[in-house]
Amino acid sequence: MTLQADLIVLLPELLLAVGAMVLLIGGVTAGDRATGIVSWLAVALLAVAGYLVFTHAQPASAFAGAFVVDGFARFAKILILTGSALCILMAGEFFGLDGTRRFELPVLMLLATLGMMLMVSASSFIALYMGLELQSLALYMLAAFNRDSLRSTEAGLKYFVLGALSSGMLLYGISLIYGFTGTTEFALIAKATANSGANVGLIFGLVFLVAGLAFKVGAVPFHMWTPDVYEGSPTPVTAFFVTAAKVAAFALFIRAIVAPFPGLMHQWQQIIVVVSVLSVVLGAVAAIGQTNIKRLLAYSSIGHVGYALLGLAAGTQLGIQGMLVYLAYYLLTNLGMFACVSAMRRDGEPVEDIRQLAGLSRTQPWFAFAMAALTLSLAGLPPLAGIFAKLYVFGAAIQAHLYVPAIINIVASVAGAFYYLRILQIMYFDEPVRGFDRGIGNGTHAIMWGTSAISIFFVIVPAPLIAIAGSAAHALFP
Amino acid sequence: MSGWPILSIVTFLPLVGVAAIILLARGSNTTVASNARWIALITTIVEFAVSLVIWAKFDGHTAAFQFEETANWLAPGIGYHLGVDGISMLFIVLTAGLMPFCILASWESIEDRVAEYMIAFLALETMMIGVFTSLDLVLFYIFFEAGLIPMFLIIGVWGGKRRVYASFKFFLYTLLGSLLMLLAILVMYYTAGTTDIVTLLHYHFDPRLQTFLWLAFFASFAVKMPMWPVHTWLPDAHVEAPTAGSVILAGILLKMGGYGFLRFSLPMFASASVTFTPLVFALSIIAIIYTSLVALAQEDIKKLIAYSSVAHMGFVTMGLFTLTQQGLDGGIFQMLSHGVVSGALFLCVGVIYDRMHTREISAYGGLVNRMPIYAACFMVFTLANVGLPGTGGFVGEFMTMLGAFMANTWVAIFAATGVILSAAYALYLYRRVVFGDLVKPALKTIQDLSMREIAILAPLVVITIAMGIYPKPVFDVTSASVANLIAEHQTALAIDHAPKLAARGLNP
Repeated sequence: MTLQADLIVLLPELLLAVGAMVLLIGGVTAGDRATGIVSWLAVALLAVAGYLVFTHAQPASAFAGAFVVDGFARFAKILILTGSALCILMAGEFFGLDGTRRFELPVLMLLATLGMMLMVSASSFIALYMGLELQSLALYMLAAFNRDSLRSTEAGLKYFVLGALSSGMLLYGISLIYGFTGTTEFALIAKATANSGANVGLIFGLVFLVAGLAFKVGAVPFHMWTPDVYEGSPTPVTAFFVTAAKVAAFALFIRAIVAPFPGLMHQWQQIIVVVSVLSVVLGAVAAIGQTNIKRLLAYSSIGHVGYALLGLAAGTQLGIQGMLVYLAYYLLTNLGMFACVSAMRRDGEPVEDIRQLAGLSRTQPWFAFAMAALTLSLAGLPPLAGIFAKLYVFGAAIQAHLYVPAIINIVASVAGAFYYLRILQIMYFDEPVRGFDRGIGNGTHAIMWGTSAISIFFVIVPAPLIAIAGSAAHALFP
Repeated sequence: MSGWPILSIVTFLPLVGVAAIILLARGSNTTVASNARWIALITTIVEFAVSLVIWAKFDGHTAAFQFEETANWLAPGIGYHLGVDGISMLFIVLTAGLMPFCILASWESIEDRVAEYMIAFLALETMMIGVFTSLDLVLFYIFFEAGLIPMFLIIGVWGGKRRVYASFKFFLYTLLGSLLMLLAILVMYYTAGTTDIVTLLHYHFDPRLQTFLWLAFFASFAVKMPMWPVHTWLPDAHVEAPTAGSVILAGILLKMGGYGFLRFSLPMFASASVTFTPLVFALSIIAIIYTSLVALAQEDIKKLIAYSSVAHMGFVTMGLFTLTQQGLDGGIFQMLSHGVVSGALFLCVGVIYDRMHTREISAYGGLVNRMPIYAACFMVFTLANVGLPGTGGFVGEFMTMLGAFMANTWVAIFAATGVILSAAYALYLYRRVVFGDLVKPALKTIQDLSMREIAILAPLVVITIAMGIYPKPVFDVTSASVANLIAEHQTALAIDHAPKLAARGLNP
């Protein structure tokens, strides 16, 4: 294959890379005045990249198989691009109200997105690691973006130190795997492990790899960074972590486990089951005492990681399909939820205490309604979208005979329902306090409305998304 | 048959009312409130009329599902499928019939956030009707659980002092049960390849698997019913809910558990049902006797009626699991009559609560002196609750005990003591509230029923007595389906036992 053919496969990523650099130069020249236009151009770039991904329907690979474009990668990329674009929109309005708009933010988000797209297409451990680090470095900076805020810088530092640690574990795992199989390419590792079966060295490598990946998705017991980082980072950046970055990390997790190690499924399945159950239980229990909405959503996202991993634990095409449905639902609902959080402002100052939502159903009934729909969707209650995502991951677990983890997770979800209901209680049952500021920004409002409408009306036509996720999952199980 | 998708209409018509309230109820607070009230009332009356049309067109001679509608929905094997048979038909009429009374009962007592209140009730009605019309397990599950959200809001927003506690308890109890059922539904889907109820009714699950499936479904329905010992959410929810919320809770939501047993547990898990019959009998008897005794000791009128509901539901579960024609017919009848009678009792409590703002029994006494019409209505419902012959309450109790007597004499004997206890607590309540001298100063000026309240209670009095003296229309609808259920149950049992007999060298 010629270089030219390789580059055409990589077209959306190249576009983002070049575009990000151009915007960086433009921004440096024009200063912070250009933030608005840089943001819009960044969104436009993401939209064009999305279009390219969408139209490039043929499976292809480049650079001797290190980079693949298949249905799975396309599904994940569309989600990531959607999440990034909406987060950039939200960020523009959020920092605009704070009066701290900086042009670097959209550029950094673009670079992180580029890293994510490389990650989900990576088909060898080296390519994977490059994409992952490109993403992570951009994210570290984003976490500390509010550089005058103590909490934000603390979040950035914590994220950096722990992220570096996890990258170290990941690399250690990769090097062990390389040592025992002689290759870093997923397809070749799959062949090697199918022949040799499990040996101690390989399993060691696998454990380190899973630990590193679990860290990136924020699964228990490698979740400690999430509440602090999510709480400390500026809200739109947190939204970016929770949505686009999480989806990318999950896509990476799936591919890096399913593609190279189908032969070791019994080994990794046990780890994933334990991680899944622990995440759901901890997410449900630890969120109960939280009063900061972002911290609460951080624990909620730990719980959701657990549910999604149940699909991976099944290790079947159905499980991956369920996970992809779950990721799509998770991305959209959390985007809406964080749009609501960034609309929580009083006298220009962001408000993060959930008790300040008291009586919102009287002061701003539609705001409360949108937030209630998203909250109940996160809780997985019918008829909102969340139940279908849960239906598919639990279905996959049942089909794979993982009865005990399914039962534990579903019982824990009742405990989880408690804190989601508490948000409802505060908004609907409690006596009102003063309402929030109006005029938060059309983009934020549109995201809030769009996602809550999707949550409510998804029940009418659920089949298309599920079918698309099914064909995307099929790409991993040729 | 007409080409109208009449079941979809009856299921989703209340949502049209919701849309109408959102779009049309505008202006100042008082106009919003009155518009919302009228829209809700008109919607529920039209809805009731539609349900009566379905009943009129319903063919009681066949056990097959009627008015069926199908469409592709979620996945192969999980579709949009509606239909009614003799078991579900009358629950739809009951639901649609109680709703206008609920709206009327809330006419004056709800002053705060009226539009939201009506929206919650109409949304709840769609969910409840959907439970009875859906013929797909996943669809059923969605309706079954979605109803929790409006009820949670109704208790939590418009409830009494401990409303937050009661609403959470109600929600979390029911949620835990139904999530276990969800897992069972998934197991059934991957075993049978479909969640279509009509198909599953003829599918034979492995007897060992049945046991687990039965228990999972039982977890859900026993909480909903509610059966002892998972009934504790009910008194709390009843006490805190506004009057109309209590009516719906006692009238409809409790019946979903019994409907679930009839629709799923008995026909789909035939041998597991037989295995667990002693358990159900034991829990039913405990419910009948124990909660009746608890009811005797209550100081709060609503709580007393709530405990009496648990006892009456004990008769229903007992009747259903006798698996006799009498027991099943009686169980269904008992659910319908209890729906009317307990709903009416809560409305009666609502009448005096609206005047005095207390539910303490000791705050009342001698009401007959100033409220003779009220006393008469309350008496009819109290006697129906006791199960006096000539009222709707008698037929169901009598037939379930008849069924129980055929299945297990001891069960019938214990259940019969419950009838005596129910007379004790109900009459004791009636004496303390209505009879005696009117000595309490606060009661000196209490007014008898207004026209609106008479319009609410009078039809219910007529229905209660009509059900008692002429129950045939109900059995005309149910008996064919019940007979079919029993026959299918026997066939399923024979199939399950065939391998065992063969193993012993016997021909099945």
